[in-house]
This record gives sequence, structure tokens and C-alpha cells, in this order.
Amino acid sequence: MDVTFLLQLIINGLVVGSIYALVATGFVIIYKATSALNLAQGEFLMVGAYICLNLLSKYQMPFWQAILITFLFSAILGILIERLILRPLIGSHLISVIMVTLGLSSILKALIQLAYGTDTIPFPEVFPSAPVQIGPIPVSQGYLYAIGCVTILVLILTLFFKYSKTGVAMRATASNQQVALSMGISVKRMFAISWAIAAIVSSVGGVLLGTIRGGIDMSLSFMGLKVLPVVILGGLDSILGAIVGGIIIGILENLSGGFIDPLVGGGAKEVAPYIALILILMFKPYGLFGKKKIERV
Amino acid sequence: MRCGDFKTTYAADMTIFESGNARIMLGLFFCLLFTLPLYVPGYLLDIINRIGIAVIGAIGLNILTGFTGQISLGNAAFMAIGAFSCGYLGTKFELPFYLCIPLAGLIAAFSGMFVGIPSLRIKGLYLAMATLAAHFIVEFLVVKWESVTGGVAGLSIPSPKIGNFVFDSDAKLFFLIFIIAIMSVLFAKNIFRTKVGKAFIAIRDQAISAEVMGVNILKYKLLSFGISSFYVGVAGALIAYQAKIISPETFPITVAIDYLGMIIIGGLGSILGSIYGAIFITLLPELLRMGTSSLAGSFPELVNKLAAMKELVFGLLVIIFLIFEPSGMAARWHSIKNYWKLYPFSH
Repeated sequence: MDVTFLLQLIINGLVVGSIYALVATGFVIIYKATSALNLAQGEFLMVGAYICLNLLSKYQMPFWQAILITFLFSAILGILIERLILRPLIGSHLISVIMVTLGLSSILKALIQLAYGTDTIPFPEVFPSAPVQIGPIPVSQGYLYAIGCVTILVLILTLFFKYSKTGVAMRATASNQQVALSMGISVKRMFAISWAIAAIVSSVGGVLLGTIRGGIDMSLSFMGLKVLPVVILGGLDSILGAIVGGIIIGILENLSGGFIDPLVGGGAKEVAPYIALILILMFKPYGLFGKKKIERV
Repeated sequence: MRCGDFKTTYAADMTIFESGNARIMLGLFFCLLFTLPLYVPGYLLDIINRIGIAVIGAIGLNILTGFTGQISLGNAAFMAIGAFSCGYLGTKFELPFYLCIPLAGLIAAFSGMFVGIPSLRIKGLYLAMATLAAHFIVEFLVVKWESVTGGVAGLSIPSPKIGNFVFDSDAKLFFLIFIIAIMSVLFAKNIFRTKVGKAFIAIRDQAISAEVMGVNILKYKLLSFGISSFYVGVAGALIAYQAKIISPETFPITVAIDYLGMIIIGGLGSILGSIYGAIFITLLPELLRMGTSSLAGSFPELVNKLAAMKELVFGLLVIIFLIFEPSGMAARWHSIKNYWKLYPFSH
């Protein structure tokens, strides 16, 4: 076996996996706080990427300005969605919540398609792309920046949840809503904040994917379905699980793309995470770090 | 004037037709329905046929999701299984269509039951994810298993025939599709008058109580997966006959979402609701097409955006129904009917 090829695959997997980890973190934050399954996570990512692209290429903004405005926009989008769509459905049946996010995803997809069409739009180069030599293999600088951004963001989130007052209140809401309410925490506000954070985090994922791929199109929205195996592997209610799961699934995907695809003629890369999902659900339904809920029916 | 529920026997409570009037109305409706091919142009008939197929598929999904409470995002996959097994049996073994359709349904039913096995351990959103994963795995198999499915190129399906009679036009397929659709509606209506149907509803409402009452949860969950996938598989087989050429792209994940939208908008846990939803969602793109083509003079770019517009309206409708009328069109229709029944003394 070619060691450089293997290492190259693992590094690619690490980069894609770290973006999965980011999107999955957004997913888990929403699930933990509101126990809603957000199937529109991929659309958040796509909307973020398109907004940033628009600011960069149309208004010629410097990157840091563009990304800040993207954050602001994503936060407003998240809060609006929670306020207008999810809040009336608090306490309703699970299928309603799943369906409402599916409806939301078709609306966001349709709006992007109406505004930008379905063609791939080139994404301006944000990070220098000249490869750096790490050991025997060349690695694109964009990859390193991407991993760096994800690490910084995860660190910020960890500190936020550990030390800030809002972060602690959000954790309290996640662990017991009634107790949180009686301690004077506005649970509804926490719901809105978690949607905003999830939207922001996903938009970073979208921008990073755009810079790595060099272009964005509608297929970015599939990322939302790609993170489902990630969150199942990590455990639906664990942020640490989302990060570890993201990296494992990213590497798994690239390895099966590199080694199984030539045997079957393509397609294994896309389906491998879902086969993993089924296996995990069969043998370890609460994932690596998920809270076990024992229920026998 | 009838102003309440005065049923005194179980038989009266279980009856399908509440009055002789309903029977007559239904008879008139059937007369109208089966003379449609005489005076409706071919293009409209094609849409009507698609409605008939959607009714079968939506009822199937409603049995599983609306009545048994098991969320499935995998029904496009079962539809594909039904369509491709129908095509394979019809081309390789040259079986007649009246064997192909039920066999396709059975194959879909067994794959549905296989996917349903984990439903004892996992439920709710975990089950939704498992069925979603099943969808992508089936999609992969359909592309890769070329000897059976024809791979990316797809499979071309011969028109069904009995003796010398070939169902080769929309008008002829209409009778095939609607006879099967009516049988499906009747069968579904009757399931819920039997022990099996009551067990499904008990599992949906409170699984633990159902088990205490002696309902074998695994058996009935699997049965629900089986019956539902049979319906969906039959719908897939009919799609194959109608489209004549099927490929992996005929059954994307959006089909599964469309069907979920049908039962949400029509009404979860309502046979009539599945029919309304199927009609509505199938007509939606056609109505939009008519609307945009009439505006095409002033806004020519609208025509290219039809697909996106359909998605937008679909998403908006699903959200609006979930927020304002979670029981769907069936419940809305029921309350309108009741209002006028007691008019002007309704409360």
C-alpha cells in the first residue's frame, strides 16, 4: 500500500471531517437545547456561504468584514426561524418538528436557487492555496487554515458554554427546562440563542467549504444530511461526540472513496457514512458519548 | 336535524358510510370518475393518473407514519424497489402485469419489514435517520446492481397487457390505476375496523400501554412496515408502467419528502386526508405552471424558475399547515361540513 496516498486521504478526511464536526456541533446545540432535529442545517451552511460570497465578490469587502456580516445575518436568520416557525410548535409531535425543518430546508433552497441559479459560482480565494510540505506530502494551506478556524471556533464555544452566563444558562436549559425556568432563565430566549449559534457555526462551515472547493453550488445543502451519521456516531446530545464523530466520518468517507471506489466504480464514498449510521444504530444507538436513555417497549 | 352522535351499537360506530346519502354521492362520484377518459384530454389524464398513483403511495405512508406513528423517510426507496422489481420481473421473466404488480408490492413489503426490524430498538428521530440511511443505500444499490436495474441508464418497461389488450395509452392506464387505487382505499379503510388497525393506533398513541394490553409490538410494527411498503411498492410499479422508462433519478429523496408533505397537508392518520394531500401536492406544480405561463408574457424569466417556485410553495404550505392546521385538510373539511350541517345554529 502506498503510504503517501493513505496519508493524503487521511488529511483530506481530517479537513472535511473538521467541517462536518462544525456543522454537527450546530446540530447538537439545537438538539440539546430544544430537542428538535434540524434537517435544515445544511441549508444554513449554504445560505451562509452564499451571503459571504455575495459580500466578497459583489461589494469587494475585506474578508474579516464579510465574515462578521455573515455571522450577523446568520444569527438573525436563526432567531427569526426559531421565533416564527419553531416556537409555535413547542410541545407538538416529533414528526411535526422534523417536517417543519424539512419544509424550511425546501424554502431556503428555493430562495437560493431563485437568487443565484443552480450553476457553480467561483468562490474568491480567501486563504493562500500554495501547498506546504508536511513530511512527505504536500498540503494545501487552505486546509491548514480550515483546521485552524475550526479549532479556534470549537475552543470559543467550549469557553462560552463553560464560563459565560448565557452559556451556563443554556446548559441548564438543556439539562432540565423546568428547573431552569424556576431559576429565572428565559427558556425561550435560550432556544432562540441556540438557533442563532447553530446558524453561525454552520455558516463558518459553508465559507470554509467554499474556499476549499473554490466554488459553491446547491449541493452544499447535502451537507446537512451528511452530518446525520456524524451526530449518531458521536451521540445526539454530545458536542465532544460531534467533533470526534465528524473527524471519524470524514476520514472513513475519504478512505472508502480512495480504496473501495476503484473496486465498485464510484459511489462508495457517498454511501459509506450511511452504512456506518445503520451499523451504529444497531450496535450502539446512543453513539460514543451520548446519554443513554433506557426505555423498554 | 342531526345535531349530535346518537350511535347505540358498535356496528353503527364502525360503519364506513354514515348515511344512505353518502353512498349515493360516492356512486355518483364513481360514475363521474370512470367516464373521465371520454371527455378529458390526454395531458390532463396523465396528471389524473399521477394523482391516482400518489393516492396509493400516500395511503401507504399514512398507514405507517400517521396511524402507527413510525416516521419513515425511506418511502422513495421502497417505491424504487417496487418499480425496479416490477420492471425486472416484466422484462426478464416476461410475467404478466397482474403478477408483476403484486409481486413488486411483496418484494417492497419484505424490504420494508427488513428496514423495520430495528424499529423495536430505535424510534422517533432515530428511526427517521435509519430510514433515511436506507434510502441512500438503496439508491446506491440501484445504481450499482446493473444486471437487475440497468444501472444509470435505467430500465425500459413494456406496457402491461392482457391477451391482446394492451394498456398503452393514458386512458387505458387510467382504468388500471384507478381500480387499484379504489381497492387500496377500501382495504385501508377496512384495516382500521379490524384488530390489526386498532393495534397500529394503540402503538402510535401509547406503546407501553399497548404492550400491557397484549399487543405484540414487534409483530404489529413489522406488519405496519410491511403493509405500508406493499402500498408504496405497488405505487412504484404503477409509476414504472406509466413512465415506461425508470432510472435511479426517478426516485430521489425529494419524492419521499413530497409524500410526507402529502400526508401532513392532507391529515396524519386519515385515509381521506391522504387522498386530499395526494391530489393537492400532485396538482401544485401543474397549477404553478399554469399560473406562470399566463404571466410569462410580462415575466419571461419565471418559467425557468418553476422548480424553485414549487419547492418554495411546498415548504411554505407544509409550515403553514403544521402551525395553523396540524390535523390537515381532512380535519378542516370536517369542521366546515359540521358548520354547515348545523347552520345557522352552529357553535
